[in-house]
Amino acid sequence: MCLRFLTVMHCFARSAQRRLQSSTQTSTHLHINTQTSTHLHINTQTSTHLHINTQTSTHLHINTQTSTRFAFSIAALINTQAVKRWSGVTGEFDPDQDGRARCRQQRLQQGGALTGWGLWRLNVHRSLKRLKEDGMDVLSSLQLWRADIHLIEGMFGTGILSYFSFLRFLVLLNFIMFLLMFVFVMLPMIITSHSAHNVTYSSSSNVSVCSEYLGSSRQGLVVFHEHITDLLSGTGFLEHTYLFYGYYKLEFIHSHFTYNLPLAYLLATVTYLLLSLVWIVKRSAAGFKRKLIQDEDRFQSFCNKVFAGWDFCITNENAARLKRSSLLYELKMDLEEERIKRKMANRTRGEKCRIYALRAALNLFVMAVLVACFYCIYEATVFSQRKQAEDQKSNFLLELVVEYLPSIVITLANFITPLIFNLIINFEDYSPAFEIRFTLMRCVFMRLASIGVLLFSLWDQITSCRNSGCPCGYNHQLYPCWETHIGQEMYKLVIFDFLIIAAVIIFVEFPRKIIVNYCDCGLVKWWGQQEFAIPQNVLEIVYGQTICWIGTFYCPLLPAINTVKYILVFYLKKVSLVTNCRPATRPFRASSSNFFFLVVLLIGLALASVPVIVSIAEIRSSRACGPFMSYNTSWEVVPRVVSQLPPSLCSFLQALASEAFAVSFFVITCLGMFYVIALAGAHKRVIEHLRDQLAMEGHDKRFLIQKLCQAQQAVYAHSPERRPPRGFRGNRYKAGMYLVEPLVELEMQV
Amino acid sequence: MGGTSSKLPKDLLSEYQELTFLTKQEILLAHKIFSELQGGENGPYSSRVSMQKILTLPELKANPFRKRLCHVFSTSDMKDGSLNFEDFLDLLSAFSDTATLEIKSHYAFRIFDFDDDGTLDARDLEKLVNCLTGETDDTRLTAEEMRQLISNILEESDIDKDGTVNLSEFQHVISRSPDFVSSFKIVL
Repeated sequence: MCLRFLTVMHCFARSAQRRLQSSTQTSTHLHINTQTSTHLHINTQTSTHLHINTQTSTHLHINTQTSTRFAFSIAALINTQAVKRWSGVTGEFDPDQDGRARCRQQRLQQGGALTGWGLWRLNVHRSLKRLKEDGMDVLSSLQLWRADIHLIEGMFGTGILSYFSFLRFLVLLNFIMFLLMFVFVMLPMIITSHSAHNVTYSSSSNVSVCSEYLGSSRQGLVVFHEHITDLLSGTGFLEHTYLFYGYYKLEFIHSHFTYNLPLAYLLATVTYLLLSLVWIVKRSAAGFKRKLIQDEDRFQSFCNKVFAGWDFCITNENAARLKRSSLLYELKMDLEEERIKRKMANRTRGEKCRIYALRAALNLFVMAVLVACFYCIYEATVFSQRKQAEDQKSNFLLELVVEYLPSIVITLANFITPLIFNLIINFEDYSPAFEIRFTLMRCVFMRLASIGVLLFSLWDQITSCRNSGCPCGYNHQLYPCWETHIGQEMYKLVIFDFLIIAAVIIFVEFPRKIIVNYCDCGLVKWWGQQEFAIPQNVLEIVYGQTICWIGTFYCPLLPAINTVKYILVFYLKKVSLVTNCRPATRPFRASSSNFFFLVVLLIGLALASVPVIVSIAEIRSSRACGPFMSYNTSWEVVPRVVSQLPPSLCSFLQALASEAFAVSFFVITCLGMFYVIALAGAHKRVIEHLRDQLAMEGHDKRFLIQKLCQAQQAVYAHSPERRPPRGFRGNRYKAGMYLVEPLVELEMQV
Repeated sequence: MGGTSSKLPKDLLSEYQELTFLTKQEILLAHKIFSELQGGENGPYSSRVSMQKILTLPELKANPFRKRLCHVFSTSDMKDGSLNFEDFLDLLSAFSDTATLEIKSHYAFRIFDFDDDGTLDARDLEKLVNCLTGETDDTRLTAEEMRQLISNILEESDIDKDGTVNLSEFQHVISRSPDFVSSFKIVL
């Protein structure tokens, strides 16, 4: 045991010496008390620290229970560049005045002891580090909304903070998407419209009935409210603008080189989908790693809540009180859940059958509700399309309602179904934590599937013609330019979503606050103040982002609209949060919430890419408008361009797309996956092994302390006048003592 | 030293930057706040501010561990929890964004160790939970729940089964707690 102790101390000393860059005189110093039979000296003169030698600049005291691990951690600390802390540099965790003075002295000595070259290197190193830190400071101060998010963090803690930083991430993502579409698609068209360049307009091979496209621009005297309708639904004067797909009629722009606009359009679409995927996965990687570690040991939830439960950022008295009550609530819930789990494990077979039958019935009911909602959305879409096609001049409001009918139905469904789910889950008798997650999953599914149903019904409308077959591949009578039409539907969804968010904040949350403040009746008190429900808010913005991803192909300016929308939502939500809300009684954990948001966003992205891919690859692009008029499908531009490349490149790209390459790539990916899984298994075993070692360390130390006690008693039995005063933390003799590392100098000075 | 009361000499500033985890702005802000607490006296840097004054800081006012914080970071010989400027910087450095997990967990352990005996035993844990949930009777857990909670905590964290949580066990638990670093933060 002693030997192992020795080697550990030795390792530490070596690394300490390396870092301090100093000669041995200023490193650790020690005594070897030859009167005790062991080599460990216990200094009992001072109450807290061990002033062994006042000339040294460092001294250590190590709690025996942590001696070996502590030494390693200090060594690790010292070896990293990040060692700062008085203690980290001096090797001491309990600095006092003298300790700090010694630290300063040591630094001066360091500076003085080095020669010119060493001094210069040290100074350069220090100033580079400082420069880097200043640079990071500047970069972080440039972060969008840093002050606002700081304020929110201080008032409401880190759970709600994660929502707002998620919103900020989406603003940036949308802005980058807008830049992508603007630079590669819009800018060439703007340049050609202002300068004289040779352009080729896209045209379909045979001019037929499919190429007729008048659009719905209004003629004659336009009433004012029709402008509003046009603005809100993207028809009329907005239809033939950069906003929609139909306006991009160019095919080639001839200047120093030939710019192929359809190819650029397609590649920009693919790029923004891939870019979003990569960025989200990168962001969620850190959270995923932590979640894996967390899931490894699900039994650590109590320790997490107790040791890491208090959010030290909270400065508001009110918020502190609420945080306390939420912690109490959480702990009570967890304890109750444990009791329930124990009870569930003791369930009889009859009870189990009854509960499973009940759950099956309720799930069927939920599915029935979902199917009913989807059917309503489908019917509403069909009805709305039909009414729009009839184009009757009616009441202005009625027109708007008809245009927005799918959006209204989707919003209503997304409002009612969470209430139903919350009600049902009470009967299904799950554990509380699982209840929350399951309800959330159902809501996510509902939100994203409703968009899917809307798109499906639109696709159904577009590709079904009244008479036998569609000569153009789509319903050219109703939808001469179907891409613009889908773009309009997506545009309407985005606008309506924003209007609903703003309306709920202004007309529900603010009055609620006023009523709760001034009205004292029982019902109002039960309703209570608004709570910032993070999951619902996150689902809202993920829904908006999914629509944006789907719609950008048909409406290239949609990311810009979405950016502006999210900026406004940020400020609205922030004002509402600060004025109306109280912190949630059920706190949302910061770490798991970040991961949850990104997972839901990924699901949204996956869902959004399906319609885009299907429409690019399968549906006949309209022959009356847009850049893909002369192609069968939008994807066709790629093979055509590839076939025009030089033959070597062409054959190379064709080889990439062949089956042989795909199969071998798949096999290699599988091999890589198996390797990583094996590695993870090996790491798990190493962790178990280290855990056992940690337990053994504790036994070792206890053994050493026993030996120490025996030795001490032997010594003091011989010389009773050397009995140590009991003042120095007398109760620590059995629990732990401060030991010095006397053997270190022995190793170094020899 | 010398000059106006609100100036921190440049060499000291760079030294503090070197030795703590704080950035320049944070050190200057800390100096400003500390000077205000001192009442504008231009004392030497070893002059201490009493615990009561420290506890009036808005960042600490609502913190249930504020007294423990003062005791842990104080280097006063009188054990009265008073802090001088460098103690104050220690505190902020340990709670800053860039401080390492080892530092934070070490200080967390000392803060939670109410009786300063180097381990977290059942009494420490009970005091800790009561601090977290509130001091009044209706905000505490019942005795039965407390027993269940403490036995759960010890089951999760006590590796060598001695009935107490020592520093390495504590650090082991903390290293697998994803919220710790983000919640163990004080921002001025």
